[in-house]
Amino acid sequence: MKIIKTCLTAVISSMMIFSPMAYADKWSDQFPHIKATGDIPGDCSYEEMSKKNYKGKTLKINTHAIPVMGEPTALHAEQFEKLTGAKVEVTHTPAGDLYSKAMVPFQAGQAPYDIVFGFSNFINDWKRYLAPVPKKYMNSTEMKDVTKSHMGVSSWDGTMYQYPVDGDRHYLKYRKDVIDNPEMQKKYKAETGKDLKVPTTWKEYAEMAKFFNGWDWDGDGELEYGSAEVMKKDDLMFAAFFSRSVAYAKNPRTPGGFFFDLETMKPNINNPGFVEALTDWVEATKYVPPGGTNFGLGDEIGSFGGGQTLFSFSWDDAFIAAMQDDSPIKNKVGAAPLPGANKVWNRVSNSWENQYNQAPYIVWGWAVGVAKKSKVKDMAFDYLCFFSNGANHQADLAIGRFGVNPFKNSDFDPNIYINSMGWDPEIANSYTQTLLDMEKSKNRVFPLRVPGVFEFTSAVATGTSKALAGQLSPQEALDEVAKEWEAIVSRVGKKAVRDAYAVGVKMEDNQL
Amino acid sequence: MNFKHKYFFLFPGLFVLIGILIFPIIFVVRLSLSGWNSYNPGLDFIGIENYIRLFTDDPRFWESFFRLSFLSVTTVILQYVIGFALAHMVWKDIKFKRFFRVLFLVPMMTTPVIMTVIWRTFFHESLGPVNDILSNFGLSPKWLTDPALAKFTVIIVEVWQWTPFMFLLLLAGLLSLPKEPFLAAAIDGASPVRKFIYVTFPLMAPISIGAIIIRLIEASKIMDTVYVLTSGGPGTSTETSSFYIFIKGLREFQMGYAASMSFTYLIIMIISLTIIAKVLTKLLLKE
Repeated sequence: MKIIKTCLTAVISSMMIFSPMAYADKWSDQFPHIKATGDIPGDCSYEEMSKKNYKGKTLKINTHAIPVMGEPTALHAEQFEKLTGAKVEVTHTPAGDLYSKAMVPFQAGQAPYDIVFGFSNFINDWKRYLAPVPKKYMNSTEMKDVTKSHMGVSSWDGTMYQYPVDGDRHYLKYRKDVIDNPEMQKKYKAETGKDLKVPTTWKEYAEMAKFFNGWDWDGDGELEYGSAEVMKKDDLMFAAFFSRSVAYAKNPRTPGGFFFDLETMKPNINNPGFVEALTDWVEATKYVPPGGTNFGLGDEIGSFGGGQTLFSFSWDDAFIAAMQDDSPIKNKVGAAPLPGANKVWNRVSNSWENQYNQAPYIVWGWAVGVAKKSKVKDMAFDYLCFFSNGANHQADLAIGRFGVNPFKNSDFDPNIYINSMGWDPEIANSYTQTLLDMEKSKNRVFPLRVPGVFEFTSAVATGTSKALAGQLSPQEALDEVAKEWEAIVSRVGKKAVRDAYAVGVKMEDNQL
Repeated sequence: MNFKHKYFFLFPGLFVLIGILIFPIIFVVRLSLSGWNSYNPGLDFIGIENYIRLFTDDPRFWESFFRLSFLSVTTVILQYVIGFALAHMVWKDIKFKRFFRVLFLVPMMTTPVIMTVIWRTFFHESLGPVNDILSNFGLSPKWLTDPALAKFTVIIVEVWQWTPFMFLLLLAGLLSLPKEPFLAAAIDGASPVRKFIYVTFPLMAPISIGAIIIRLIEASKIMDTVYVLTSGGPGTSTETSSFYIFIKGLREFQMGYAASMSFTYLIIMIISLTIIAKVLTKLLLKE
């Protein structure tokens, strides 16, 4: 009897210990995308989704063009179809048209798409047409892992309208093999009298970028350059400009608005802090690769990820691309916070404060919502929950072109990157620490999320691109932007803009 | 036939005309009198506020219009000259005439957006083949990042894409010309140059005017080339009216204001193209 009991205990114990592995194998055999982890238990895991039956139902999704976000949308749609029997129709749309493609039918009272992908800063314009995320999903295991800041970015006044599938922030990426190279450090010291290290200010960034501009410093027979940045005049360059501005213009001692003075709603965009940042940016046109002032995000990813430049800053994608197995610079790059500045503008006293300042920019990123008028809301939320379940999310994180970046607390464990992606432990640690520090910072800037946000950001893109092209001086360009912002505020209504902006200011001032 | 029957037969055509031409124009006019935007959807009535803003507070629209005028006139002149030369060449009895006729039409048959992406790759200043070749001669032009050169790049792409259209119209014109004037000129011993100046060109004048006007109408809508190649940059140096209207309407979602710009632009184009047609007719058909 004792033997039987012992054997039974052993069998049950081994079943309990090894069951996750068997569980994982079952699904990863069918879906090779998750081969690194297998299925990860959760409310929206493969196992749970396979219990749903959506046969005869059709889900329509409008997402971005392939690959960024478009590829994972299509891939998870295919998986969702196999698991639930649903039919999923995916439409791919260029980034610049995502807003209008959803907005036109929204305003006409139609819902040609059940799920619409866009950017998190669309939330104010879109929220009245989107269904709030139901409680069931808010309490799911997947959602409980989302960081506080990304819960905030996806929500408006405590109600979540956008389902978190991506987390975005801008940070510095640099060539670790160059910055940490003793020979390069010696050469840099000899020629400039300064230490070669990870830049902590934009001035240092510029000095190093200029020094490493236009010569073959990695010995591959090709010329390398200082920095790759998103400078092309379109709907993304404004974010790069804000990344350069936060150090000079986000003063932790002057709460009450980074973009506007919340009290008066007077734009801050042409104050000396922003002008200093734009002056730096105009200077940067001298150390980008040929054609660099026409680089969009794809060019920036390709340039830094392909080993063409020493520095880059923007979304995670360039870093992940550089760390992929097929990259020529895998394990040769580092991540660090955005550079800061040795002075910061105080908009209350109208003077510079000569002290070090650094501010993370939690930039807008991919966001997705379910149309209020959709007839298959349950299926739509199930799809989104499945999209970002543990196994899919970890697999997506490893593929740079997917554009899926960390937004869950569990994403900041360096072991994920070391074990499943083959990253050097030091790099994995610096990457996760950089992201974690941004989450903890008390001097963050969040994206502008006010009615008519596109009018504001488009004005910034136009003004700054005129300065980069030499059509206007930085001050003239930003004065033009400020004038345009004032006109937009007046058209939209001061109260409407202020009420919306106040929500973002609360987040920046750490009151939410 | 009963008088009313005539209207019965006219009705389907009239219905289609109203549906696809008159209604959209009336709707655009109505839209232009509203403040429809992302935060205020719907056809409210704000009078001529959008037009006041356009005429008094939007220099960017007028800058883009003058830029468009420069780009469209330049590209159409180049297309006309090159198109005429090519049509004239294959009009004559040359070897592989049929092959060349098809070859010259290929650019027009390709998708403009796809071709512009390919041109953008060609002109990419650090990765493109054009500068790769030119760097052997110590040259590295800033095709897309120098404000003046970027306009030139847009012109190159437009001329490449649409010269075949001009070629096609002019070749059709040449093939339809009567033979007698040419025989008379040959009997008189006119040189090829004089034959071209005094016979071919005057005979082609009506077709040339038509071709130029058609191309000017098309060229005044330059949008996809600018969108893909430069996004209107550097700065605003390649921004055209249609691209600017696109930004205001579908990027910033200022539908009412974009409609007022579209309608103003339509009126300006009707007036200016009418004047151009009159002037060309007077110049080329004076005899």
